Amino acid sequence: MAARSGFSGWLHRASDSDVWWSFKSSPMTVTAAVATVLIVAIAFLSPVLAPHTPFDPATLNLIDGLKPPAMLSSDGDWTFPLGTDDQGRDVLSSIMYGTRLSLAVGFASVVVAMVLGIGLGLVSGYFGGTIDAVIMRIADVQLTFPAILVALLIDGIVRSTISVQRHDEIALFVIVGAIGLSFWVQYARTVRGSVMVEKNKEYVQAARVIGLSPLLIMVRHVLPNVTGPVLVIATINLGLAIITEATLSFLGVGLPPTEPSLGTLIRLGNEVLQSGDWWITVFPGATLAALVLAVNLLGDWLRDALNPKLR
Amino acid sequence: MATESNNPPLLDVRNLRVEFPTRRGTLVAVDDVSFDIAPGEVLGVVGESGAGKSLTGNAIIGLLEPPGRIAGGEIHLEGRRIDNLPYEEMRKIRGARIGAIFQDPLTSLNPLYSVGRQLVETIRTHLPLSAGEARTRALDLLKEVGIPGAESRLDHYPHQFSGGMRQRVVIALALCAGPRLIVADEPTTALDVSIQAQIIALLKRLCREHGTAVMLVTHDMGVIAETADRVAVMYAGRIAEIGPVRDVVKHARHPYTKGLMGSIPNLGVRTERLTQIDGAMPRLTEIPAGCAFNPRCAERGSRCLVERPDLMPAGADKAACWLHDRGGVGRPLAKETIDA
Amino acid sequence: MLAFILRRLLQSIAVLLTVGLVAFSLFRYVGDPINAMVGQDTSMEDREALREKLGLNDPAPIQFFHFIVNAAQGKFGLSYRTSEPVGRLIAERIPATLELSFCAAVFALFVGVPMGVYTGLYPRHWSSRLFQAVSLIGISLPTFLIGILLILVFAVWLRLLPSFGRGDTVMIGWWSTGFLTWSGLKALILPSITLGMFQLTLLMRLVRSEMLEVMRADYIKFARARGLTNRAINFGHALKNTLVPVITVTGLQLGALIAFAIVTETVFAWPGVGQLFIQSVQFSDVPVMAAYLLLIGLLFVLINLAVDLLYFVVDPRLRSQGGSARVAGH
Repeated sequence: MAARSGFSGWLHRASDSDVWWSFKSSPMTVTAAVATVLIVAIAFLSPVLAPHTPFDPATLNLIDGLKPPAMLSSDGDWTFPLGTDDQGRDVLSSIMYGTRLSLAVGFASVVVAMVLGIGLGLVSGYFGGTIDAVIMRIADVQLTFPAILVALLIDGIVRSTISVQRHDEIALFVIVGAIGLSFWVQYARTVRGSVMVEKNKEYVQAARVIGLSPLLIMVRHVLPNVTGPVLVIATINLGLAIITEATLSFLGVGLPPTEPSLGTLIRLGNEVLQSGDWWITVFPGATLAALVLAVNLLGDWLRDALNPKLR
Repeated sequence: MATESNNPPLLDVRNLRVEFPTRRGTLVAVDDVSFDIAPGEVLGVVGESGAGKSLTGNAIIGLLEPPGRIAGGEIHLEGRRIDNLPYEEMRKIRGARIGAIFQDPLTSLNPLYSVGRQLVETIRTHLPLSAGEARTRALDLLKEVGIPGAESRLDHYPHQFSGGMRQRVVIALALCAGPRLIVADEPTTALDVSIQAQIIALLKRLCREHGTAVMLVTHDMGVIAETADRVAVMYAGRIAEIGPVRDVVKHARHPYTKGLMGSIPNLGVRTERLTQIDGAMPRLTEIPAGCAFNPRCAERGSRCLVERPDLMPAGADKAACWLHDRGGVGRPLAKETIDA
Repeated sequence: MLAFILRRLLQSIAVLLTVGLVAFSLFRYVGDPINAMVGQDTSMEDREALREKLGLNDPAPIQFFHFIVNAAQGKFGLSYRTSEPVGRLIAERIPATLELSFCAAVFALFVGVPMGVYTGLYPRHWSSRLFQAVSLIGISLPTFLIGILLILVFAVWLRLLPSFGRGDTVMIGWWSTGFLTWSGLKALILPSITLGMFQLTLLMRLVRSEMLEVMRADYIKFARARGLTNRAINFGHALKNTLVPVITVTGLQLGALIAFAIVTETVFAWPGVGQLFIQSVQFSDVPVMAAYLLLIGLLFVLINLAVDLLYFVVDPRLRSQGGSARVAGH
């Protein structure tokens, strides 16, 4: 069959592929994809869409404090559909801004982990020997410690070396770095495995003989091979990274309250939970759960779709 | 051996049809297959992979893997219909009346239990014996299948046996409740060539001694020629030819069987070239109209393209080919050019 | 087999030393221990004298050696935050964490494994699909959120169970236990569920996929062909073959439980080592961080050793080969 060229050819192949078929035939996956796209879109458009700018102190009024959700209670105020917190901040707007931050941290740390992991995996698999042994031992030891602990430790170390004020300024980068560093192992192992397979193939030997850089050749052959697995790991990691950031922020070692992510919002709400003002906690919590659930569903589906053995 | 005796058959398969529903439509993997096996008889079933021979075996022991299912026909064992039995009823027949041997002895045994335990477990499932009696029987079986030092081997684990020894254990497991029929699915394919003959000889000897019939599924015509009383040749889910093994080997009636026989090296004949059949068996999704073999057939005629032949008498055999019908194949046609 | 255990033991010591090195580097090079110990007005000479006295001027390998020797005796110096000996702080709090982790593990194992077996055996049954869906939600809910929701429902709304602390405890020697009082047991319920939920869903999904995999194995088909009962096949043959990966993951997850106790202890104000660790991270209390790290490292190594020994019990192939590899390694 003559392959059609360009975008239309790609589109044709994509729409005929098993992956697309399995996507279409799973209503849950389609729902998850739509939900993810919707949440991402709303989050990144929050400066336009949000009814309030919750973290501009000038717009806050303590009189608006602790209003219950308007849609559930007659005490509510329709300018604050999901109620307000003790400072009078609109919960809905806080959630929109918070989701944006959570997503940004999630994506950024997945990229950090991916770049680091692919790089180290390539190096480890290609050079082998001592370099490989060292990298893989570090991976082994790190893998025995849960990511959250590694991230906490990195954050703790950074805190002890710089001042509190400075820490708040760079908190975003610290947390992205800490989460990124705690998730690189899986990528590295996948890429390393693929490199080890490719390394002994004849075309790599041939490339060496004719004077091409075998590393370059391999990068070109290995990367397409690992796209599938790496994509699966990345999707599953995105969910984990969002959870990890939320957890760190909840523990009070993540993002400062001046820049609240979903985790920070939940922590702030938790402080007044005992008095029964549940909406401050529950709505950000539900948003977080929905976001992670949607991403996990996509990850699960992707893993099954790209791995026919499991079907 | 008694090939066409007057005794009622041990196993009687009538118009068996096995289907696989898939997302691209239903595949018919076994289509209108009928044969019988007399008590103590060895029936060889031969064909390429995908011809439906293993599925026929699995259908008989009631272990078709879903979504595969029996969509038509009947299977009778000792006069009793077994293809529509509830799972629990069929379970009691498996192991007790029908034994099974699978291709790979390396994976047929549970790695975590000693062979003795697996034997005792099977024996006690089907026979009312005490643990001690079952162990004695297990020991006797291991001796019978020729495992040296059986006493000490009883408590060994599968990984401590070689491939050939493991297949002997598998045979002991298949025989341990005294079944009347054994369905052996490629029992030697996974073994070394030097071991294959031993295992076949063992199987043949044991079944003769116990009077057990065998349905021997294989793609190895040599094994069939040595072992079987009768042979059924399968092609694309149907039986192409069935008859006593000598007749099929010496005077094949179906063009496919002829090709199959031509591809066996014959030490007795000097100058003859090994022939091969051009092309490949069609996929189940692409079975042509008329005779499924027609695109590869050198003797085909216009009738073969439209009408599907059923088994019909052909010499001492039965063959599904219009060559043996009074009406013939119709206008002769050249073989389809195969661009493989 | 003995050689295998010996090799594992050596590996464990190597891992412990690595963790020790990280802890030591933390302890020694992150922040200045002297600054943390003395007041602002201490003179340079006094600082130098203290430095000499504490051995901080010795070569690094010697300091590391002293650190390890001290650590082995439970001496980690004084907490920067409370000026109490770190060893004592940890000893006071470890029973709370271990009891919580134990209950969570029991909960996860005794609910997760049966659910996994069931969904693996009957993957198309509606209740299996329900379990699958619930487990996905369980994996998607962060631990702290589960805790908060449980508190909201059972403590704030229904007022059935306490939302913080251990309740009344009884001292047995130096070990304080919550198992012997009614309020102590009640206080354990919500935190244990919170902590165990993630492991439960993980175990369930693992057992399910292993069951599905094993049920396709040839020896299961052969066991069916031998006419064994479903009971014998499902529980005798299939479940036992899923045990090796389940043991591996349970082992790893036991360690993870202790680490995730950090979160649960924060949510429920549970006076364990995790809470101590979080406070030490917030206050840059380096000696406590270092000691906690070593403690976790030690627990991980012990659990891994126990897991290795369990493999021998389960898998005869390892017993005779001298166990070159874990059968279902990661």
